[in-house]
Amino acid sequence: MALRLFSKVRVIPDLRNAAFASSAAAPAELSDFDMQHKSPVIRKQQLIPKAHYGGRHAVTMLPGGGIGPECMGYVRDIFRYIGAPVDFEVVDIDPTMDNDDDVQYAITTIKRNGVGLKGNIETKSEAAYVTSRNVALRNELDMYAYVLHCKSFIGVPTRHKDIDIHIIRQNTEGEYAMLEHESVRGVVESMKVVTASNSERVARFAFEFAKKNGRKKVTTVHKANIMKLSDGLFLETSRRMAEEYPEIEHNDMIIDNCCMQLVAKPHQFDVMLMTNLYGSIVSNVVCGLLGGAGLLSGRNYGDHYAVFEPGTRNTGTAIAGKNIANPIAMINASIDMLEHLGHHFHAGLLRRAVNKTVNIDRVLTPDVGGSNSSSEVVDSIIGNIGKS
Amino acid sequence: MSLITRNVFRTLVQGSQHVSKGLHTTAVNPDKNVCFAPQSISTLQASKEGHIKCTLIPGDGVGPELVYSVQEVFKAANIPVDFESFFFSEVNPTLSAPLEDVVNSIANNKICIKGILATPDFSHTGELQTLNMKLRNALDLYANVVHVKSLPNVSSRHKDVDCIIIREQTEGEYSALEHESVPGVVECLKIITASKSERIAKFAFDYAVKMGRKKVTAVHKANIMKLGDGLFLRSCEEIAKLYPRIQFEKMIVDNCTMQMVSNPNQFDVMLTPNLYGNIVDNLASGLVGGAGVVAGASYSAECAVFEQGARHIFSGAVGKNIANPTAMLLCSANLLAHVNLHSYSKMIKGAINKVLSDGKVRTKDLGGQSTTKAFTNAIIHCLT
Repeated sequence: MALRLFSKVRVIPDLRNAAFASSAAAPAELSDFDMQHKSPVIRKQQLIPKAHYGGRHAVTMLPGGGIGPECMGYVRDIFRYIGAPVDFEVVDIDPTMDNDDDVQYAITTIKRNGVGLKGNIETKSEAAYVTSRNVALRNELDMYAYVLHCKSFIGVPTRHKDIDIHIIRQNTEGEYAMLEHESVRGVVESMKVVTASNSERVARFAFEFAKKNGRKKVTTVHKANIMKLSDGLFLETSRRMAEEYPEIEHNDMIIDNCCMQLVAKPHQFDVMLMTNLYGSIVSNVVCGLLGGAGLLSGRNYGDHYAVFEPGTRNTGTAIAGKNIANPIAMINASIDMLEHLGHHFHAGLLRRAVNKTVNIDRVLTPDVGGSNSSSEVVDSIIGNIGKS
Repeated sequence: MSLITRNVFRTLVQGSQHVSKGLHTTAVNPDKNVCFAPQSISTLQASKEGHIKCTLIPGDGVGPELVYSVQEVFKAANIPVDFESFFFSEVNPTLSAPLEDVVNSIANNKICIKGILATPDFSHTGELQTLNMKLRNALDLYANVVHVKSLPNVSSRHKDVDCIIIREQTEGEYSALEHESVPGVVECLKIITASKSERIAKFAFDYAVKMGRKKVTAVHKANIMKLGDGLFLRSCEEIAKLYPRIQFEKMIVDNCTMQMVSNPNQFDVMLTPNLYGNIVDNLASGLVGGAGVVAGASYSAECAVFEQGARHIFSGAVGKNIANPTAMLLCSANLLAHVNLHSYSKMIKGAINKVLSDGKVRTKDLGGQSTTKAFTNAIIHCLT
């Protein structure tokens, strides 16, 4: 069975190339960027020395659109205050531009720095040939795993208490392969690509992650009853991987049931492993359970690079500049980044301060039931630094 | 009578020093927002409550006098840095602290301020590596940065020189591999590796990005050493591709030295292998006022060692109280900036600029008659 599946999957890239070759009339000047970025197979990355000198790290900062720039401003204020040994290289991406120059440059800076901190980047252009910048970034850097730690904040009133779930999401293929075409007029086909290699990588990542963090259970979320081959492959791979980790319990759940279970009994979940689109849905569901978009931070990992960002990927353009955006998500992302870089002292300092502000002092923005402005939250965090 | 007046004057001066000290503390506290000294630096080794520990190597020649000047300034400005001092010397091996101790101390403290170590022309033990090289190799201090910048009111032939020279300093000609294959024939190996060349090129470009510079010039002699320097050059080109917004150019070392003395303003960041770097460092230092005014630093991934840009022990001036402490003070200011104590760093740099532009107190090398001590005191008076 598995063998049959593999052979099916192997055919897909060839098919795609053939399609391009025959329809030369279509986007004829497909750049290297487009080609590479649309290909879901694993790319070889050449190793570049990391930017780490005299104990200081250089980190790419992509403020993005909406509330991104103001949140980044807060992060920089805080970092300056705690004296974190990090130098930011800020790259602004113009959302109205139709070309990919800025994005390419941003990708290059992350390649040479190794680590990035990003807000959500807008893609305003709706032209078919302009790809989503966020997806481009992930695909180009081959960041195949996305981790979202969903942990309840005591200070934020929610329906469920004490939720503690890790969501691990395949980040580079599946429905986000961006292969759509109109084969006959009025018939549009969108390809969902699942590859054995990428599924295996993310499954291994999930189980290793569970093992390292002392988690007990991994739940694979899928829709293999309908998409028997693609999701079937993903499920098959994670089952096979589970055999290598006998100490970790493994079960699977269909996506629709999973969403229901999440809102009804979220405590049954520990580590959740899923493909790209389901990951997007589930992480937003869980963020909603915990108090909205402004709290959680997500981490994108590849073999060589890591990018940290607010957990739900929305720009918050409507509330930009009003001083009511919740800065906690971006600050949490920066804490993740400090931890990734090995600056545990500064990370701990900041984490305790955030904890005190949110859970004890309850200085919160309106989106999580508070009445304070963004800058008041940041001031409170700065004031709490060093006073645990 | 004159004695009394002098004493009265002295107490007044001391009083004013205390006042300035008091003023300074109140001046720093309000901008606490900017500089959270006490705990920010605990990942660096903290000794006393909120103090950073820093390794101190006075070195040979006038080194101890210059380092003393730095310590005086730190004391006067009440800077939260504690020095861990080691006597470390190659010319005086019996008194020198063992290499391991010094290396451990720097590895723990992550920062070090270092005078110049004298290197004899012959080896007592038959070893080819100098102490400087051993220290660099032990800590993997691969990147040397010298920021050559014209200082106010220091007379020199060129105005507004401002270039950064980055030098690889763990391989190349300094590999200490020499042998006499046949009597009368000595071979000296120059080692260039792709990984180290890429590493230093990456460092140079990252430094350029951090400092907001526009251009990186690789200095080489690949027309003669086609393989060795050729590899260095290729590695630089490879890394340069990652920095599309920084201009990259190449220059042969002989031409480079000529350009440097005739038109130094064309240079921005210079990227050199070991020996060329040494030569260009010294040449550029000469352009802006000599060894006494140029600060430098050596970096590994984890540590930073701050030392003078042009390494001269100035043994002729030992004990004469005439050496110029500007370079060492600039080093200390750079060190403070490196550990996020920016307000202190600015304070020291400001004081140096003020004393130099007033021009009343200047040491012999800058055409004045003042002593090291007098210059240090002038700096202390200008701390705000």
